[in-house]
Formats: sequence, structure tokens, C-alpha cells
Amino acid sequence: MLHVVDVCVSFDGRTVLDHVSLHVGGNEVVALLGPSGSGKSTLLRVVAGLQDVSSGVVRWDGTDITQEPTHRRRFGFVFQDEQLFPHRDVAANIGFGLRMAGTDRASVASRVSELLALVGLPGFGERDVTTLSGGEAKRVALARALAPKPRLMLLDEPLTGLDAALHDRLADDLRNLLRQAGLPAILVTHDPAEAARIADRVVHLGDLGSGSR
Amino acid sequence: MDQGRAAVAPARARWALAVVPVLFTALFFLWPLGAIAARGLSLGAIGDVLGDGYTRSVLWFTFWQAAVCSAGAVVVGVLPAYVLARYRVPGRRLLLALVTVPFMLPTVVVGSAFLALLPASMHRTVPAVLLAHVWVNLAVVVRTVGTSVAQMDPRLGDAAATLGASPWQVMRHVTLPLLRPALWASSAVVFLFCFTSFGIVRLVGGPSHPTLEVEIWRRTTQSLDLRTAAALAVVQLVIVVGMTVVWSTAQARTATATAMRTLLRPRRARTAGQRALVWITVPATTAVVLAPLAVMVERSMCTAAGRHSLDAWRAVTGVGRALGTGGTQPVVADPWATVLASLRIALVATCIALVVGTLAACAIAYARRGGRLLDAGLMLPLGTSAVTIGFGLIITYNRGWYDLRGSWVMLPIGQALVAVPFVVRVILPTMRAIQPGLREAAATLGASPWHVWREVDLPVLRRSMGAGAGFAFAISVGEFGASSFLTRVGNETAPIAIGRLIARPSLLNLAQAYALATVLAVVTLVVIVVVDRLRGERGASF
Repeated sequence: MLHVVDVCVSFDGRTVLDHVSLHVGGNEVVALLGPSGSGKSTLLRVVAGLQDVSSGVVRWDGTDITQEPTHRRRFGFVFQDEQLFPHRDVAANIGFGLRMAGTDRASVASRVSELLALVGLPGFGERDVTTLSGGEAKRVALARALAPKPRLMLLDEPLTGLDAALHDRLADDLRNLLRQAGLPAILVTHDPAEAARIADRVVHLGDLGSGSR
Repeated sequence: MDQGRAAVAPARARWALAVVPVLFTALFFLWPLGAIAARGLSLGAIGDVLGDGYTRSVLWFTFWQAAVCSAGAVVVGVLPAYVLARYRVPGRRLLLALVTVPFMLPTVVVGSAFLALLPASMHRTVPAVLLAHVWVNLAVVVRTVGTSVAQMDPRLGDAAATLGASPWQVMRHVTLPLLRPALWASSAVVFLFCFTSFGIVRLVGGPSHPTLEVEIWRRTTQSLDLRTAAALAVVQLVIVVGMTVVWSTAQARTATATAMRTLLRPRRARTAGQRALVWITVPATTAVVLAPLAVMVERSMCTAAGRHSLDAWRAVTGVGRALGTGGTQPVVADPWATVLASLRIALVATCIALVVGTLAACAIAYARRGGRLLDAGLMLPLGTSAVTIGFGLIITYNRGWYDLRGSWVMLPIGQALVAVPFVVRVILPTMRAIQPGLREAAATLGASPWHVWREVDLPVLRRSMGAGAGFAFAISVGEFGASSFLTRVGNETAPIAIGRLIARPSLLNLAQAYALATVLAVVTLVVIVVVDRLRGERGASF
């Protein structure tokens, strides 16, 4: 259960997040809506530990994790531009988190093929990630984040920049995958329709500030 | 979003990276520099130096020879720079690589090549020094000006032609004015190289035409006048740092205008005039670059007037040695051992430089504010001369338990100091080109900062590290300036042996020096070719 309490972030004197609080419980999927530049991605990075806060607290199941480094949080993150490791093939990208956790080779291999099947890319393991189409890259990025069985999924505009048909198909797939995994998730998006399609609950970043608390 | 890096490289990890480079620089560069300042940075010492007619003449010679050489290199280099960048020439890439060779060769090889090329009557003369300096620095002009030519739209010249400008007028009124920043930049770089040149001046000019560098060395090792040497080092450092600051600010101003332009492909030489230009420049440039080296190889087989033999090579390689020495005590007892010593010491220096340089590049790339400072601090040894580094080291590590004058470790440390800035320069761009998002992605998948470095950075850095190591090795194996202070009996390197052979010029000694220089040149070139392969197509920069 995630609690973000009274978080402030500023860059070079400009306040990006001003006393923002957010609660994500159980295995609900929360969509975080807001116009671009409103700081929703920053909030996601705060949760992931990729962004230091000026003040405020992030708690997981009651434990303060504000100072916990990213790699110990076990929060999966799907980046807007995927950030697949270009020097590794698809299987090595998906297996990365498992290798970091010290999983043995055989288990990594079986989990990777399991995930490839799950995201609809069976047999893609040895493909070079630079040869993937936009939709395939998104699926690989999702599989990579899911592989180490994270406690929470963070998705930063995961479907932005795809054409309409692909977007809708992936949105449904994403919804089903998150349900299947039974994971809580935060989805950052600027598209209300997408938010409604995927999430259980939709919140507007503007409503999370101190004024409306 | 700079702040985001915190998560991937926490402050503790960033400082840990910087510890080794900072300690290395402080112990082996800043402290020795302080020791020099303590001896030489007093009004009395500097006043004595500047008041003395002899040292004033040394200073003046250092200045004017650098100025003449920089002008000479620009005049000789501008044509090949233009032709190789503008026209499609068969073997263009090869020729560009060839022009860079003199610059990459150890200074003792350059010195030997010019002694071999020039008649004995020109040995130990000023013109010989000037010619050698121009030859070495052609690469700077050809590369710098060539890049500028490649960025210049040839249609500007076409436009001028439609307005009635003759080819000569186009050159004079369009091309040269557009090249002016590059011409100034390259002449400034050549000036600095010549101003701090040591090996070439000492070998080709001999003892009677010292520059500041040679005078610092002479005072230290021969007349043991450390106070004057230190004062001279301070004077030189102030001049070099001053000029560098002035030029880099001037360059920063002009560079912004040209930074984003792309390189244009060379054209085919169309008119008869253009073809003539190509067909004169290409063979002439090839001949100029190759002649000194070819003559050196030939003279290494010339041990008696008008007769060729392999005596020098036998003496150098140890195959049937003592056949040609005629019973006299040889200047260098075992030349081949000096080659092996060079390789051994260069290997140690390379390891030091690679570790320090890689850590430094990573620390600089990860750092927020301290990065610039660390970067500048590590570049300092580059602005200082190798002679100053060697001089500083021997007057610092000379007491008590840290008396390392007799120890072999000083030599690789001195060489590594010279090489570290190059290693950093090779690795840093690759380090900066890595998308921070990849490191973040790795962190969200559970990779600790160390794992992030090993899994994301290292695979990308491997090639650059190889190239950096190659550079470090090439620099170390031919290093002469710092080594001149740090070499002791028993660890004499090949460049030092060449220097001693040339100081006692008999036919056989010179031939041996040329043979050793040939070996050194081959080693260096092999390493450079490997480095070039590793670096791939990216442009060369100095």
C-alpha cells in the first residue's frame, strides 16, 4: 500500500510538486491525469526513487521509504521511451531484473519465455531490441518491468505516440495484464479516455495538492 | 533533469569514484607543483631569472621559434587541409591518417628522423628545429582547418563565381576569411606545442639552442641549479596557462557559431585548375610526410660512409652484437633491453592511466557541480609540460621514506600523469552519450549503483577504454620529457637511450639511434592503428 504524503519538489527554484499527497491501495490501478508539464511524471519518479524530494514522505505498507534507493524499492517502471538496453537482445532485457536479483539461469530463461508469451511476443527472445516496432518495444518494456515481480507498477505515458488502432489494442492488453498480475499500479497519462479504459480510479494531479486536501 | 541522477549514483558513490583520481592528481601533480612553486615562486628567484641576459635570450628564443613554427605549419598545412577536405581524392582517408602520423610519433623519433634527413651541417641548428616542428604539427592544421573546410558550403564559392570572382579571388575573399577562426585556432595550438617542445629541441637543436623546457632540464640534471629551474618552470607555467585561458575564451566565442554544422562530402575535382591542385598537393604531401621516416630507416643501415650494413641493427637487437662496435665501450650497453624496459614500463603506466582515467571520466559524468572542477584539475597536467611533471616529481619525492628517486615506480607514474588527460578525453564523450534513462531503468529493475555501472556503462565503455589504453600506451612508450628526469640506471627506456646515442654522434651511434627510433615508431604505429579501429568512424580531435 503506497502513501505519498505532502511531497514537494522544485527544480532550480521552480516548484513542480507543491504538497502533493496520493494513496494507492490493494491492487487498484490508478490513473494520474494532468496536462503536460503539470509534474505527474515527476510524481512517478518520486515514487520510484529517481527524484529527490524537497520535503514530504513516501511510505510503503507504513514504512518510510523516502530515502530508500531505487534499486531496493522493487517498483516496476515502464518508461515513456522504453529505455530498452540497446546492447542486449529482447530476452536479456526482460531477464535483467531477475539477474540483478541473483536468479539462476534456468529460472530466468523460463520466466522470460513465460513473459514473452504473456505479452504476445513468443519467440522474440533473440531479437535485437533496435529492430523492434513501436508496439513490440512497448510490450518488451512492459514484460521487462513485470519480470522481477514488482510490488507496484509505475507507467509513465506508456501508450503515448502509438497510432490509434495499436493504442486501443495495447490499452486493453495493458489492462488485462495488470489485472492478471494482481498488482497495484499508477498510470501517468494526459488522455482521459485512456485513463478510463485502463484504470480503476482516475485522479487529477491538480486535486492532489494542499488546497483540496 | 539533473537532479534525477541522485537515484542512480548517490552522493556517496559519486565521491567514491572521485577519490582515486583526486588523490592521484594531488599526490603526483599538485604536490610536486607546490614544491616547484616553493622553490621558484619568489620575487627574488623570478627577478634573477628575468634579469639574467642568458635566460632572457632562452625565453625569447622559445617565443619566436614557436611563433615562426606556428606560422610555418599554417602556411604549409592549409593547402593539404583544403584539398583533402574538399575534393574526392583516391586514398583520401589513408592520406589523412598519414598526415597524422608525425604528430602521433614519439618526439625522439621525430628528432631522429630529422637528424637523418638533414645533412650533418644542419644538425644542432635553429632551422632544423623549425623544420621538425612544422613537420610534426602539420597534422594539427590539416585536421582543424580541414574540418572547417568540410563544414563550409562550397556553394558559397559557386555564388562568388557567378558574381564574377576568379578561383583565386574566391580563395582570397570567401574561403580564407571563412577559415580564419580555424586558422587561428590551429596556429594557437601549434604555438603551444612548440612553446613547450622538449624532445625535438634537445635532439635536433642540441645544447646550444635551448628552449625553456630544455633549459629547465639542463639546470636540473646538469648544473643542479634547482632554484633557477623552478623559477623557469613557474614562468613557463604562467605563460602557458595565460595563453590557454585567452585562447579558449576566444575559441568558445567563435565555436558557438559553427558547432552545429554538419560535414559536407568531398566533391570531385572538376576544372583543370582543381585537378592540378589535387595532383600537386597529394604527392607533395605524401612525400613531405614520408621522407624523414624513410631516410631514417635507410640511415639506420648506414654505419660507414657510403656503405650499407646491418651493424646498427645487430647492435640494437643483440643478434651477433659486438661485431661492429670495434672494441670501444658502447654508449648504450644493451639497446634491446631498453626497448623491453619501455614496453614494460608503458604497460604499468597504461594500467595506472586507465584506472585513474576511467574512474575520473565516470566521476565527471555523474557529478553535478564538482564535475567541471575535477575535469579542469585532471586536464592540468596536459597544460603543464611533461618536463614540469618530471621535474616536480624528483624534487618532491626525495626525502625520508618517500624518497622514490631510485625507484622504478616514478617512471610509470610520471608517464601516466601525461596520459590520463587523453584517457579521460576518449572515455568522457562515450560516458556522456549514455542516456541517463537507461541507468534509471536498470535501477528500477533492482540494479545497485555498482551493477548499473557494470551492466549499462561498462559494455558501452569497453571500446573507448580500449582506445584510451592504446593512447596511454602509445604516449608512455615514447614519453621523453618526464622520463628524462625519472630514469635511473637499470630502467633506461628506449627514448632515453636514443637521446644518449644522439648526444654522442658517431656514425654507428646515430645508426643505432635511428634503428631504435624505427622500432619505437613501428610499436607506436601498430598501437595507433588498433586504437583507430576501436574508435571507429568518429572524428579526430586533439
